[in-house]
Amino acid sequence: MGEAILEEVVRSYRGRPEKLIAALLALQRHYGYLPEPALRTLAQELGVPLSKVYGVATFYAQFRLKPRGRHTVCVCLGTACHVRGSEQIFHALKRELGVEPGDTTADGRFTLEVVSCVGACSMAPVVVVDEETHGRLDPEKALALLKKY
Amino acid sequence: MRSFMDRCCSRCTHSPQTPCKDYVLCRRDGPFCHDDPECRRLRQKWLNSHFPPVGSNRRRLLVCGGLTCGAAGSFSLPEIFQEAIKKAGLEEQVTVTLVGCLGLCEEGPLALVMPEGILYCRLKPEDVPAVVEEHLKGGKPVERLLFRDEAGKVYPLLSEIPFYRKQQRVVLERCGYINPEDIAEYIAAGGYRALTSVLFSLSPEEVIEEIKKSGLRGRGGAGFPTGKKWEAARRVPSSKRYVICNADEGDPGAFMDRALLEGDPHAVIEGMIICGYAIGSDEGYVYVRAEYPLAVKRLRIAIEQAYAAGLLGENILGSGFTFHLHINEGAGAFVCGESTALMASIEGNRGIPRIKVPRSTEKGLFGKPTVLNNVETFANVPLIILRGSQWFANIGTKGSKGTKIFALSGKVKHTGLVEVPMGTTLKELIFDIGGGIKGGKRFKALQIGGPSGGCIPEDMLDLPIDYESLTGAGAMMGSGSVVVMDEDNCMVNTARFFLSFTERESCGKCTPCREGTKQMLNILERITRGEGSPSDLSLLEFLGQVVKATSFCGLGTSAPNPVLTTLRFFRSEYLQHVMEKRCAAGECVALRRFVILVDKCIGCGACAYVCPVKAIKGEKKKPHHIDEKVCVKCGRCFEICRFQAVKRL
Ligand SMILES: Cc1cc2nc3c(=O)[nH]c(=O)nc-3n(C[C@H](O)[C@H](O)[C@H](O)COP(=O)(O)O)c2cc1C
Ligand code: SF4
Ligand code: SF4
Ligand code: FES
Ligand code: FES
Repeated sequence: MGEAILEEVVRSYRGRPEKLIAALLALQRHYGYLPEPALRTLAQELGVPLSKVYGVATFYAQFRLKPRGRHTVCVCLGTACHVRGSEQIFHALKRELGVEPGDTTADGRFTLEVVSCVGACSMAPVVVVDEETHGRLDPEKALALLKKY
Repeated sequence: MRSFMDRCCSRCTHSPQTPCKDYVLCRRDGPFCHDDPECRRLRQKWLNSHFPPVGSNRRRLLVCGGLTCGAAGSFSLPEIFQEAIKKAGLEEQVTVTLVGCLGLCEEGPLALVMPEGILYCRLKPEDVPAVVEEHLKGGKPVERLLFRDEAGKVYPLLSEIPFYRKQQRVVLERCGYINPEDIAEYIAAGGYRALTSVLFSLSPEEVIEEIKKSGLRGRGGAGFPTGKKWEAARRVPSSKRYVICNADEGDPGAFMDRALLEGDPHAVIEGMIICGYAIGSDEGYVYVRAEYPLAVKRLRIAIEQAYAAGLLGENILGSGFTFHLHINEGAGAFVCGESTALMASIEGNRGIPRIKVPRSTEKGLFGKPTVLNNVETFANVPLIILRGSQWFANIGTKGSKGTKIFALSGKVKHTGLVEVPMGTTLKELIFDIGGGIKGGKRFKALQIGGPSGGCIPEDMLDLPIDYESLTGAGAMMGSGSVVVMDEDNCMVNTARFFLSFTERESCGKCTPCREGTKQMLNILERITRGEGSPSDLSLLEFLGQVVKATSFCGLGTSAPNPVLTTLRFFRSEYLQHVMEKRCAAGECVALRRFVILVDKCIGCGACAYVCPVKAIKGEKKKPHHIDEKVCVKCGRCFEICRFQAVKRL
């Protein structure tokens, strides 16, 4: 299954170095992160040095080189969320999950992440779990949210 | 079943392969190629099915499907409404449509009943039967679900709510009123008519002239005259040119471009095609930030439908003009909003700016002449073509024409999407439209322009919104984010917040930005920890000037703005931090302490319940106390106590 997506990405972008970011996004959408073997294949097929693939994959905030947990808890630390107290929510979640941003809990259930604005500023402060946006939170509501997943 | 976009009879021949120049106009006013009362009647019926005329017995129920209302639960409402409408036997009379952001996001989920224009707020699934039975069937709006101001006054009509009354919604006119996933609604509302008239009655030079005469300036921040940019790209001899729409919207606190793409994507597409025609380009890209999956989805649908209708692709409407459009998803880097970094990113590279000689209009994407404009800039273009440059130039101020969309957020009562004529004062924006500060608190500052902008104090709120006035105040129009702060927000901490953002997002190419923002951040962190000294203030100012003067791209040259404006307008707060080691707003964690007042505490235990580290002990109904060794100073106890028994020192 994983191989199929790699083949498909390679087929659509072979020899087109300018499609590197699109290819990485497609792979990550499938795997949840960017596995090294896939990056090696991609570098070869697109015709870009592996060092450049790595450079791009680490430049952009969206890309992960580590596997993610079953759920991603993403705290918005954008301006609107900040002025409505998102930092407290962030600390509460960090304390509860016991991990730093980018890391996954030992049981593989949650990955903690931060983002600067998802564009839902009118309902700040905001936490996005997987694809679902939750707004008007406080630390307790944010912690209660975890129980749903 | 055939509908609006289809042919009335076999005499109509339009398809992307056999295009007809009358296609767009014909949908609304046709048929043109033959005269048949039956066909005319069909066309009228199809048009009315989208927009029932006032006085007919048919209604539209528009459910807001913008991101904010959606997150508050609106996405499930259309189905529930449909079900209830069916049960009430009103299927013939009421159509339910999921639309883009209606603007007053704070009160979402919203729904609007047209043509009366009655707005429902904070709708829940269980409210649906009442709306259907009492209003749609009984004709009486459900009062408890209408907008109500703080004094309890009820406003049934959207147009009378103070939030909307002072606005001038022209770019946002269709946003919230049409189904963004159906091109028929856009065309029925007058869409693609500007493109038709451009393709068949204006030369590329005339289009550029019209945009120049309108006075339109870029809505992405810097305010560069759009017509001049287009002219520059057209002048450069080349067989290939590109059009790019900047939908990176990296300013944290901005959501205007997201709302436009989600609510009226064809307006942006139409503006881009017109630009392509004007500069002689056959290919465009929309660079959308990855954090906006819904916008990407709606844009993708819109592009597919435009291709299917022959409005994108080869030989558009038989004019001989060809334009292809792609979506390019960003991958999360603020600097990619900068034009040259954005182009590097489309080319598959790290988003690092390049020197701007030659300009992008000469050598841009893939080395070809390129016009890059912001989402809102493009959305203005069809309007200018349709209503004329004179109409546009009559709105706004001498140097800043037209309207501007703002994303209002923070401590203001009515957060949401706002469009006002240029020249509106900041006070009108915050107090008349935004309704002032939430919860009886005092206004402190508004932040405009995001990480490149500045903080503006209360005594400068009479400032009119135009490019020059805002720059003069050390801030910036920016893309349109306005974040309101009250007495509980610390301005030093705000400056620290923005610097930590720009320091993180600096691409690292040039030293002043990479190292300068880091040093400035260090100093600000020191101050917020209570370890600053008075000399730090002048050091910050000095560093800020250097970073501003010597950085390579706009990220670095504007990064000091939030610090410099707060130092200028809120110096006393800085002094309080460095001299008294005190943060009056109570936001700087290291400078605050919490104690429980024995005489006020009734021992309800609410604070102990919310304390994340169990620092609060005490028996029920007896005064509690905080163990300061355990306390992490989060302040939850202070916020939660209803008896003012927790004191912040
Ligand atoms: C660091 C940085 C970030 C920017 N981010 C954006 C953005 O998110 N959206 C945008 O339209 N313009 C952004 N700009 C401005 C663009 O570089 C460019 O001026 C603008 O998109 C041009 O379009 P306009 O003339 O229609 O405004 C940014 C500039 C800088 C320096
Ligand atoms: S100013 Fe900052 S973002 Fe711009 S090139 Fe220099 S380091 Fe990169
Ligand atoms: S400030 Fe936070 S950590 Fe300290 S006692 Fe109050 S709730 Fe607990
Ligand atoms: S700042 Fe958090 S959603 Fe915009
Ligand atoms: S999202 Fe519904 S009003 Fe803005």
